[in-house]
Amino acid sequence: MTSGSSQPRSAGAITVSEQADPLDPPVDTREPRDAPTPVEIQQPERRQVPDRPIPVMSCLDLNVFYGDFHAVHDVNLDFGRNEITALIGPSGCGKSTVLRCLNRLNDLVLGARVEGRVTYHDVDIYDAQVDAIEVRRRVGMVFQKPNPFPKSIYDNVAYGPRVTGMDVDSMDGHVEQALRDAALWDEVKDKLGQSAYGLSGGQQQRLCIARTIATKPDVILMDEPCSALDPIATARIEDLMMEMREQYTIIVVTHNMQQAARVSDRTAFFTARPDDTTGNRTGLLVEYARTAKIFSNPGDERTEAYISGRFG
Amino acid sequence: MAHLTQEPTRDETPSSGLPRGGRSHERNVASLLFLGGLWFSLFFGIVVLVVLIATTAIDGSARFDSELVTNYDSTLFPDAAGVRAALVGTLWLMVTTAVMAVPIGIAAAVYLEEFADNRRWYNRLIEVNLQNLAAVPSVIYGMLAVAVAALFGSDTTNIVLVGAVALGLLILPVIIISTREAVRAVPREIREGSLALGATPIQTTWRQVVPSAIPGISTGTILALSRAIGEAAPLLLLGVGTILFTPNGIMSGFTAMPVQIYKWTAQSQEEYKIAAAAAIIVLMAMVLALNGLAIYIRNHFQRRW
Repeated sequence: MTSGSSQPRSAGAITVSEQADPLDPPVDTREPRDAPTPVEIQQPERRQVPDRPIPVMSCLDLNVFYGDFHAVHDVNLDFGRNEITALIGPSGCGKSTVLRCLNRLNDLVLGARVEGRVTYHDVDIYDAQVDAIEVRRRVGMVFQKPNPFPKSIYDNVAYGPRVTGMDVDSMDGHVEQALRDAALWDEVKDKLGQSAYGLSGGQQQRLCIARTIATKPDVILMDEPCSALDPIATARIEDLMMEMREQYTIIVVTHNMQQAARVSDRTAFFTARPDDTTGNRTGLLVEYARTAKIFSNPGDERTEAYISGRFG
Repeated sequence: MAHLTQEPTRDETPSSGLPRGGRSHERNVASLLFLGGLWFSLFFGIVVLVVLIATTAIDGSARFDSELVTNYDSTLFPDAAGVRAALVGTLWLMVTTAVMAVPIGIAAAVYLEEFADNRRWYNRLIEVNLQNLAAVPSVIYGMLAVAVAALFGSDTTNIVLVGAVALGLLILPVIIISTREAVRAVPREIREGSLALGATPIQTTWRQVVPSAIPGISTGTILALSRAIGEAAPLLLLGVGTILFTPNGIMSGFTAMPVQIYKWTAQSQEEYKIAAAAAIIVLMAMVLALNGLAIYIRNHFQRRW
């Protein structure tokens, strides 16, 4: 009945409840793909998503502080299963901070403090009983700048399964599958032993996606994954994202509104509110809705001003 | 606008747009003097070094033969005295020093850089101490090594092990500081990429950070060793003299190149002075070889992010 059925290796046992509107059932929108014509940016037909997301991850009254600096204020967001959620907004609006809360990468920043709840399948990932390592195994991340390890292509992909002690039948097969899923296999199959630094920027970023897929995450966070890439490489990553959403829940931060409009099912618009006394800018969520609505009929004038390029 | 008024006759047709000459071609007296001062400072150091090496090499040229490295020191035949014991002793000393100091130095640096919370007062105290230790006179480390030996109930201090303790303590701050710099140079993206895949901080350190930092670590370590190889003061304090055998273990007595050179220069016979000059050239070749190795490692294993 739901897109959840296309998720054979669901990590947490989420039962798809009646939250999904029966009148608006998610449909299989797997577009038929032609032979890859990477130059052309495909404008997919807007995929139907439920009125309300079936949450895999949620933020509840999320506040983030760096020392005394209040970076993010009261964010409430549900990230829907097998959806691509885009976080957009001007610089300094806290969207990357929110993203990095979702896999507890902010733990590494001295003085960072998270208040409120971030749940993964209804478990608070900041609970004292929850290990950040386990969170990061299920919630993978692709970074802004391609950051392959200074190792061979093969070792880059095998790194995650190795360090997490994943039980794989054959590492070779596992690496191949991850590279195929990231649409990189044909380009690198003859040079798996070579350094990942020999790849182009776009290939490196797809390698980073393959590396993330290899640990079999449930959610994949992407922090401006195309900002360092040229338009052709960007188009390939976007194509890849739309294929990946059949299996993963994807949350992407982007500065590129066309990208958000092209690939995402839902869009959350953040903005920054300057503090009257200190001048520090605190990020807050303005509007969260289906991408089609945000880009055609935004409910908040700040969103409209940003979308139409009047600020930010 | 000074350059425009200085040379008003210059061709400045509107079509050419840009005036010729200008301030980037400074040739006034002050800038030439400044440049001359810089050249003088540069050549002063080089000239002194070249003169020193040249005179030493000329002094020792009579003894550049195989006997210099195959013979032991000799009181009967000063013109056939060699540095065999010192050469082998120095090799023993350096290897033992490296084996003791390098693992400790790397571990300390990795702790300070990757795990220590520098908001804690004791971690900050360690940091300040390290900076100061690098500036402590080397003879102090000799005294420290004597104290360490006494602590273990040993009153023989002129053995390889105690010498290596002295030199190891001497170079430890240098190793720690250079390793920290190498570790710090590993981009944050590499650490985050590893952690985001579910690696633990320790896995990230050992599988990503330290391997990436190895060129920097080895360069710093080799340069530290090349400093230690020329140290005579701490060894003299340990009572290291000239001996007529090569060490056969870390508990064995030994002598080292700087000590041998020091002892020879203190002799009155001219033959010893010649031998000392030749030995200096040998020691310098060893230091240059170590530095060359450091440069080779830096250039060939350097990672580009």
